[in-house]
Amino acid sequence: MGDRGAAPPAEKPSAEAVPSLSLIFLAFLSTAAIGFGGVMPWARRMIVERRRWLSAEEFNNDLALCQFLPGSNVVNLAVVVGARFRGFPGAVAAFTGIMAVPIFLVMGVGALYLQFGGIALVQGALQGIAASAAGLVVATAAKMAVPLLRRRPMQALPFMLAVFAAVGLLHIPLEWVVLTLCPLSIAASWWWPR
Amino acid sequence: MSDGGVLATIARHFALLSLLTIGGVSSVLPAMHREAVEVRGWMSDTRFADLYAIAQATPGPNMMIVTLIGWHAAGVAGGLVATAALTVPTAVLTFLVLSLWDRFKTRPWRLAIQNGLTPIMVGLVSSSGLLLARTVDTGYTAFAVTAATAAMSFATRLNPLWVMGLGAALGMAGLL
Repeated sequence: MGDRGAAPPAEKPSAEAVPSLSLIFLAFLSTAAIGFGGVMPWARRMIVERRRWLSAEEFNNDLALCQFLPGSNVVNLAVVVGARFRGFPGAVAAFTGIMAVPIFLVMGVGALYLQFGGIALVQGALQGIAASAAGLVVATAAKMAVPLLRRRPMQALPFMLAVFAAVGLLHIPLEWVVLTLCPLSIAASWWWPR
Repeated sequence: MSDGGVLATIARHFALLSLLTIGGVSSVLPAMHREAVEVRGWMSDTRFADLYAIAQATPGPNMMIVTLIGWHAAGVAGGLVATAALTVPTAVLTFLVLSLWDRFKTRPWRLAIQNGLTPIMVGLVSSSGLLLARTVDTGYTAFAVTAATAAMSFATRLNPLWVMGLGAALGMAGLL
């Protein structure tokens, strides 16, 4: 995998210095606290663009693991990034960091909603935030597609389009799509000439 | 039903559900709806929809609807138990699988799995983007907010919170 070829077993990604536990905790805490519309776009921004803890391709590769395992993808991703730098304590720091603020924030907003949910100003603001958040998800998809299409377009594109058509357009239940197309896509990448 | 009983129900339900969340927590949304509204009667259909909107509009992982279901059924303790039941088992699993995933890094079968899964993931995230945009973009102004955020986030490194604040302002002005 290029720049990771000579990496030690500890598997430190492409960063010069290993971040401390408190930095891992605070980085995920602040990312989750601004994570409107899901933390993933913000996590990608923080991990790849701002702190350069992972390259775009390393991010995609780790995300593929988190997507394929059950659970919240971004929570699993935090565990992976934390574990890569600081092992089990790092994973715990990243996990508690990403969960701490949103848990109490969402219950607080829920309590406010029970009080003020009927006010038009509140509903309007929520609508605007939601519209913007949808755009972030679209951009995340585009950013993930670019390195993939550059490297292996003929193998990747058919499966990207098939999943998009099945889940996004035809609303076929996710488990069927995943259980059918994952083995086919893995088989295709196994037999695809390199 | 005592609080302890409700908490145990919440823990059991979300822990089992966590193992079925293939490709993300939103894939089990119908199952959570069935449990909260139909089986347990913790809330009405409308309340469930409102809580989902709040979870989407509040910063945090896409799974915060889980916290709100637990909170609505059994208060703050319920919210904490639901969240822990859904996230901790899968986080531990991820931690355990990661070392195997890395240990077999150079094996052809691991590369095949990884290269095969990435296009699936891109397709799923694109689908989420489309479904979200379809749900929230009820007019041209809302669509413009979505498109502007997408373009800005894709092409620049500017903080998207600026566009998001503009979207909130437009919404408060009643323009969406």
